Amino acid sequence: MSYLINSSEILQTIEMIDQQHLDVRTVTMGISLLDCADRDIRACAERIYEKICRKAEKLVETGCAIEREFGIPIVNKRVSVSPISLVAASCQAEDYAPLALTLDKAAKTVGVNFIGGFSALAHKGFTESDLRLIHSLPRALTETKLVCGSVNVASTRAGINMDAVALMGRIIRQTADIDPMGCAKLVVFANAVEDNPFMAGAFHGTGEPECVINVGVSGPGVVANALKACKGQSFDVVAETIKRTAFKITRMGQLVAQEASHRLGIPFGVVDLSLAPTPAIGDSVAEILEIMGLEQCGTHGTTAALALLNDAVKKGGVMASSHVGGLSGAFIPVSEDAGMIAAVEAGSLSIDKLEAMTCVCSVGLDMIAVPGDTPAETISAMIADEAAIGMVNNKTTAVRVIPAAGKGVGERIDFGGLLGSAPVMPLHQGSAAEFVERGGRIPAPLHSLKN
Amino acid sequence: MKAIVSVFARDAKGITAYVTALLAEREINILDISQTLMQEYFAMIMLVDLADCPLSFDQLAQELKAKGAERALDIHIQRQDIFEAMHRI
Repeated sequence: MSYLINSSEILQTIEMIDQQHLDVRTVTMGISLLDCADRDIRACAERIYEKICRKAEKLVETGCAIEREFGIPIVNKRVSVSPISLVAASCQAEDYAPLALTLDKAAKTVGVNFIGGFSALAHKGFTESDLRLIHSLPRALTETKLVCGSVNVASTRAGINMDAVALMGRIIRQTADIDPMGCAKLVVFANAVEDNPFMAGAFHGTGEPECVINVGVSGPGVVANALKACKGQSFDVVAETIKRTAFKITRMGQLVAQEASHRLGIPFGVVDLSLAPTPAIGDSVAEILEIMGLEQCGTHGTTAALALLNDAVKKGGVMASSHVGGLSGAFIPVSEDAGMIAAVEAGSLSIDKLEAMTCVCSVGLDMIAVPGDTPAETISAMIADEAAIGMVNNKTTAVRVIPAAGKGVGERIDFGGLLGSAPVMPLHQGSAAEFVERGGRIPAPLHSLKN
Repeated sequence: MKAIVSVFARDAKGITAYVTALLAEREINILDISQTLMQEYFAMIMLVDLADCPLSFDQLAQELKAKGAERALDIHIQRQDIFEAMHRI
C-alpha cells in the first residue's frame, strides 16, 4: 500500500487485537475529592457523589466511542479518587463505610466497573482518620461491589509502619471472614504510586491535578507471540524483541490516552505500560517466561526471566509515550493468569518463589489464595516481607492475599471475571506472632555509603 | 477522516465488487487498495476517505459489519491513526 502504512503492518495490528488479546486494559479518570470535605459525613457524601458524577459523566461513553473508532478494545473504564482518609478527616463520624457506599453508587451511576481510593497513607504513622478508614475497610469492601481500597504501610524514606502491618493482617482476616471477595479489592502497599490506573490499588494522589486521565495498556499475548519467533536465540535478541513489541503496544496506549484526554477536556497524566494478564488462554505472563525456555513457571531461572521481561517492557515503552508512570512492568497476579495457576497446581510455583519474583516484577504478591485458617499474624508477616523488599529496593511492592474461608491447600476459590480463580497455596506453619506484635517502625534503610 | 477498511473471508468470486459497491453507495472514496490470499483466505485492505460520507463513524461501522455478515465477510473499519501510531515514529 503506497500510503505510509503497508498491508503487512495493518494485518499485524489486526492480528494482535483479534488473536493475541491486545487491548487497552483501562482508561482511569483520577478525580480530586479534597474539596468535598465536610464535618457532616452526609454532606461530604453528597459532594463526593455530585463531583464524581459530574466529572466522569462522559467517561464511559467516550471510552466506548474511541474503542469503536480505533477498533481497539478498552476493557475497563474506571475512576480513582483522593485517599478517602484525607477527604473524610474532618467528618465527625467513626465509620467511613457510608462513604464507600457513596463511591459505589457514584461508580454505578457513571457506569465504571471499579472505583479506587478508599485508601489511607500510613507509612510513617496513623492519623485518626487513617485508623477510622482502616477499621471501616471490612464493611466498606464487603458491602460494596465496585469499591477498591488500599493502605500504604511502608516507604523507602519512612521505613515500615509495623503497627499498620499488624493491623492490616487483622483487617484482611476480618474482611475474609465476612466475604473473601472483599480481600480481592484490597491492596497493602509499600511505596504506593499516586498515578496508578490499575485496580485494586488505584488512588488519586495528593500531587495530582484536579482531574486527570491515566491509561493502562496490556498485551502479554502479543509479547508471547513475538517471542515464539525467537526460539533458540540469545537473550540479546529476546530483550530486543520485547522492547520492540512493548514500543508498539505503548504507542497505541498513548494514542488512546491523548484522544480520551482531548475529547473529555481533561489533562493526560501517564501511560502505565504494564503486562497485565487475564485468565484467558494466551494472555499469560507465565507463558512468556516459559517461552523463554523454562519448562514451567516457578522453576529455577524464573526470577531472571521475569527481571529481563520487566526491564525490557519499560525500556521499549518509555520511548513510545510522552509520560510513563504508574506501576509499569509485568504483573504476576496468580488467579488472573492461566499459566501461574497451572504452575501452582503442578507444584512448580511456591509462595517463596513468588516472593522472590516480586523483587523484580512491577508490584508484589498479587491475588494469592491462602488457607482459610491462616492467622492474622502470618498475613502481617507476609506484608512485612513484601514491604521490606519494596523499602530496600526502592520499588513498589504490594500484598493482595485472599484467605479462602473454609478452604484448605489444593482447593480452589473463584472470583469471577477478570479476577479469575485461584488454587489455595500452602504457607509456612511457623508462627510470626511475637515478631508482628512488637509494633513500632522498622527504620528506613541507608541508601548511601554504597562502597 | 481517513480510515482503514479490512475484509477477511474465504476466497470467493465478487468480494471486491461487493465491498467497493457498499463503499460507493455511502459516498466513500477509496484512496488505496491491496489484497492478498493467505492459503484459502482472502484479505483486502483499503485506505478510504470518509469526508463525504453522511453516516457517523459508528453507523458506518455497524452497517459494514452487518452487510459483510450477509456474505460471510468479516469487515472492519478503523481510524488510520492507530496503525500510524503503532508502526511509525
